[in-house]
Amino acid sequence: MAVASPTRAFGASIRRREDPRLITGRGKFTDDMHLANAATAMFVRSPHGHARIVSIDTSAAAAHPGVLGVYTFEDVKGFISGMPCAWPTTNTGDTLKLATYPPLADGKVRYFGEAVALVVAIDPNTAADAVQLVNVEYDPLPAVINNEAAVAPGAPLIHDSAPGNQAFRWSLVGGDTNGALAHADVRISQTLVNQRLIATPLETRCAVADYNPASGEVTVWVTSQNPHIHRLLIALSTGIPEHKIRVIAGDVGGGFGAKIPYYAGEALCIFASKELGVPVRWSESRSENYVATAHGRDHIQHIEVGATKEGKITALKVTAYASLGAYPSTAAPGVPTWLFGCIIQGPYDIPNNEVHVIGVYTNTTPTDAYRGAGRPEATYILERVIDLVAAKVGRDPVDVRRLNFVRKDQFPFKVANGTLTYDSGDYELTLGKALHTIGYTDLRAWQAEQRAAGKLVGIGVSSFVEVCGLGPSSAANAMGFAGGLYDSATIRVHPTGKVTVFTGVHSHGQGHETSFAQIVARDLGVMVDDVDVIHGDTDKVQHGMGTYGSRSAPVGGGALRMAGMKIRAKAQKIAAHLLEVAEEDIEWVDDAFRVKGSPDKSKTIPDCAFAAYMAGNLPAGVTPVLEEQHWYDPENFVFPFGTHICVVEVDRETGETHIKRYVAVDDCGEIINPMLRDGQVHGGIAQGIAQALWEEAVYDENGQLLSGSLMDYAIPKASVMPHLELGHTVTPSPHNPLGVKGIGEAGTIASTPAVVNAVMDALSPLGIHHIDMPLRPAKVWAAIDAASH
Amino acid sequence: MEENHVGITVEVNGRPHRSTVEPRTLLVDYLRDDLGLTGTHIGCDTGQCGACTVIVDGQSVKSCMVLAVQADGAHVRTVEGLAQDGRYHAVQQGFWEKHGLQCGFCTPGFMMQSVQILEDNPDPSDEEIRHALEGNLCRCTGYQNIVEAVKAAGATIRSGAETMAVGTGVGA
Repeated sequence: MAVASPTRAFGASIRRREDPRLITGRGKFTDDMHLANAATAMFVRSPHGHARIVSIDTSAAAAHPGVLGVYTFEDVKGFISGMPCAWPTTNTGDTLKLATYPPLADGKVRYFGEAVALVVAIDPNTAADAVQLVNVEYDPLPAVINNEAAVAPGAPLIHDSAPGNQAFRWSLVGGDTNGALAHADVRISQTLVNQRLIATPLETRCAVADYNPASGEVTVWVTSQNPHIHRLLIALSTGIPEHKIRVIAGDVGGGFGAKIPYYAGEALCIFASKELGVPVRWSESRSENYVATAHGRDHIQHIEVGATKEGKITALKVTAYASLGAYPSTAAPGVPTWLFGCIIQGPYDIPNNEVHVIGVYTNTTPTDAYRGAGRPEATYILERVIDLVAAKVGRDPVDVRRLNFVRKDQFPFKVANGTLTYDSGDYELTLGKALHTIGYTDLRAWQAEQRAAGKLVGIGVSSFVEVCGLGPSSAANAMGFAGGLYDSATIRVHPTGKVTVFTGVHSHGQGHETSFAQIVARDLGVMVDDVDVIHGDTDKVQHGMGTYGSRSAPVGGGALRMAGMKIRAKAQKIAAHLLEVAEEDIEWVDDAFRVKGSPDKSKTIPDCAFAAYMAGNLPAGVTPVLEEQHWYDPENFVFPFGTHICVVEVDRETGETHIKRYVAVDDCGEIINPMLRDGQVHGGIAQGIAQALWEEAVYDENGQLLSGSLMDYAIPKASVMPHLELGHTVTPSPHNPLGVKGIGEAGTIASTPAVVNAVMDALSPLGIHHIDMPLRPAKVWAAIDAASH
Repeated sequence: MEENHVGITVEVNGRPHRSTVEPRTLLVDYLRDDLGLTGTHIGCDTGQCGACTVIVDGQSVKSCMVLAVQADGAHVRTVEGLAQDGRYHAVQQGFWEKHGLQCGFCTPGFMMQSVQILEDNPDPSDEEIRHALEGNLCRCTGYQNIVEAVKAAGATIRSGAETMAVGTGVGA
């Protein structure tokens, strides 16, 4: 493969620059940090879902040889008394009840696996032994797991500060939903459960803290998607001055949202390092990860739909009971509210819609963002609703989608609840391409033949739009998010013309070290290999907000583009000076400034950089050095979209679903690196299929997590994943500096309903119209069996 | 030697190591903590994920399921030993070329298992590859490009073509 020239850099499937270290075992993940003299932290965790702590006896553990310290809430509360929540949102008056989230249990445990005591020892084996020696006496209490049961009268009370276990009520209203429902030709009521999921990045969470008592500085290596947010929250919660804190998130082994939050384990490593005067490391086991790291989703949704007899949806009313788990995690309240409710009409022109969310506490692991975060929950509702309406009015679900789509000529399109304005879109385009790719007409004919032969085969369509590229800070603030959602870039052109880029977003698998170099290589006319991308170290990189909500390319990339244009603007003055022509007499062509009419007279960015650093021959008013910074706060979100189609066969005898084909057509605007885009879509689809068919965090009535290890929680294997057929269209964002829209979450959002719709289509001849996820064989078989009797 | 510790000799990537370990020490912890070979990763505690896969005496194993003392006298191959004579192993090159990794955490285990697959059969079908990778979990890729990577590596091995030199190939 030829080395990509600057003009070919953007849009090329370049091999990743981060891979050489990762394929040779030279990556530096947090748990790879082996500091001399480091102690190991481990936690004593609750075996109960809900219990009063009668007593904690740490004496035997403390006396164990090699144990350096054993701590409970009383010991640590002076350092950190509660984990902060950064999204304290509410919009229906003063209903938000933000329960205190103690770093170690304070008198009571409220979920299985809650940390009760911290043990620090000279090595992992000693720490593990000492954990067994901490004697905690519990008085078990009744637990509540189900979201609706939690707010029912008489439910066990989890927090005294949240009567009825209600964390908040939140609503968005657009149009006259009740009126439209009253006048609808057809009405459908349906309850949907969007089950609880566990993110399961292959790397669990880890932290290493090294507090220097002489300087008061602390370095924290941590598995974070947003190191600057971690630094800010550490400063706010512990009182350690922000400028004394260095957070390093080097190689991070996947995040999927679960590494956004700031967790107690991370804070308490700092505490222990400060107490003991040695570095302290903590590394979750997988079983610990499954109870101690934020879960995702977990909604019960009651839906009412009104439509015309042709299938045009006139009203949609959603009441969702969303669990925060036992405590409010960093961004938790924002996920089932703004990230869910704003996009409740999806790609459809539904003029009357309402969404009401009741946030509840349950005796479960706290929830937070999980890939898609709110948008999959909304998309799942819509895509199930479209198919239910289609069945009700007797039309093809594709036709019902078309009838309801926001049309291409309606953009920019303001949603009925007024919160969002979709920037651009062409929903017919991706739908049409997906139908063409899969051969939809022939496929329906094939299905009819298969059905005639007794086979249960189904075709599921899912169209979606997502709101991402989070986002304008003004919008984020209006939604109650206690932070900005701009991002940053510094481009440092060195004297020799080599470039170092500092980005405020973070890569944990996305490949920014490659795609961001491609952006800058094009803008500066240099080779991709001459651009290094630095991220994940708060001492190296200017403030930034990190990576989530498919924001890296739109917001981080947007910042890079703007900084690159600042470099170009300054360099143009220098180039004109060096070429001894007026600035307006030169233009940027391909990879250099060229004299208009004499393109062989040119100066490159490296030429200008050298002059800028020599500094003796610069035009008047131009400062030395070639380095620029930009803080990009987008004017709007971006709205990628697409259509996925899935074909399944359900085994009548076993209830097992086999995916026969899967086509995905996504539109994320301009493409920086097609190979990386495809990789993001592949992985997203795998996670979405997994929600549809296999994954579920299961608790028993006492609050025990039954799916507490990789033996019990079914993430997909290579053998169960179908071959994915990808296509794409390009509808640029009109306001984004790169025209990009983000692709990290699209696959997850689209695929879950595509698969469920396909299975329901397969089962529809039996009169089955809905089964809640995951569609495991036993559940599907039971439904088939019940329908057959 | 500390009380309860056991002396072992293990050859790792062609280099002998003499160590004393607690009998309960897992091979993966020995590799990571005692030898500093942190390329082998730990992704679970039940033997499901395969991130810790290494090759012991010619057979791929999950090194979290083997005690260090069981590797006494054995030859162990880890990701750090894959590249030879300054050139990538065909499997490393395949994973790079086909975008068979994203976060890279599961990758060393996948590559070691892929080495085993191709040593057993240099021309496996898609289905055979997917079956042989059942003991390894990846959360980023959806496996499609991993399958492509193994196929590309098999083609390289069968052709006898020279692989890229370590340190080259960036930016293309």
